[in-house]
Amino acid sequence: MTIPISYYLILSAIVFLTGVVGVLIRRNIIAILLSIELMLNATNINFVAFSEYLQDMGGQVFVFFALTVAAAEVAVGLAIIIALHRAKDSINIEEFNLLKW
Amino acid sequence: MAQLFFGYFAGVIALTAVLVVALRNPVYSALALLVLFFHVAGLYVTLHAEFLAAVQLIVYAGAILVLYLFVVMLLNLKQDDRYHHQWRVAAFVCVPLLLEFLVLLAGNGVAPQPSPLTDEQTAAASDNTMAIGTTLFTTYLFPFEVASLILLVAMIGAIILAKRDIGEGGQP
Repeated sequence: MTIPISYYLILSAIVFLTGVVGVLIRRNIIAILLSIELMLNATNINFVAFSEYLQDMGGQVFVFFALTVAAAEVAVGLAIIIALHRAKDSINIEEFNLLKW
Repeated sequence: MAQLFFGYFAGVIALTAVLVVALRNPVYSALALLVLFFHVAGLYVTLHAEFLAAVQLIVYAGAILVLYLFVVMLLNLKQDDRYHHQWRVAAFVCVPLLLEFLVLLAGNGVAPQPSPLTDEQTAAASDNTMAIGTTLFTTYLFPFEVASLILLVAMIGAIILAKRDIGEGGQP
């Protein structure tokens, strides 16, 4: 007895929505980056579920690429957070309005 | 049995996802994310993606999360994090998404089962790592090289961004 693919889609949608809510309502930049990780993981669950469902290895290879991009994103994002903390001594997102008109 | 495993993994994944967003302290959020990564890896094993499960544990739980915890400890944050006043925008974006999700869920039944595997596909599925390697180095060879370039750029960019007093190194 296998699990229908719609269950995986529901799980992925729940995790992705949680990540969107986290990005929108948290004020701590580190929490926002963690929420972005949640969204990336939701897409990865989708990729692997469809890879199993369609018997196509391409989905798993794309998870591999998503992992690479996530690692790059975390490295650059945390470097930006360190630079911001050095400049303003805070990582509250409301303190940073340098690029606002 | 498969449904039992899926129920356990899915329940813990959904719960820890909510905890990542809801917990105030970033350290606790990161630890909840660690539990989520472990259970996503378990889900990958039930989906016959053993190589990805191992990579998930090594890269996500081992490298990325340690980097997060390192930065959280380095910055020595004060406990002043509260929710954004932007929650109205969040509700505006997410409530339609949630409704759409519920409508889709109510309207659609269960997807059809996949067709049974042929002998060739069963042979390919039995060696997951080899199948991924073959696909990666034949069909997706060029994206693989581009991914290595992305990692190089990210490494240099992270060093440049986190470096202290860039551009004023000549001054005493």
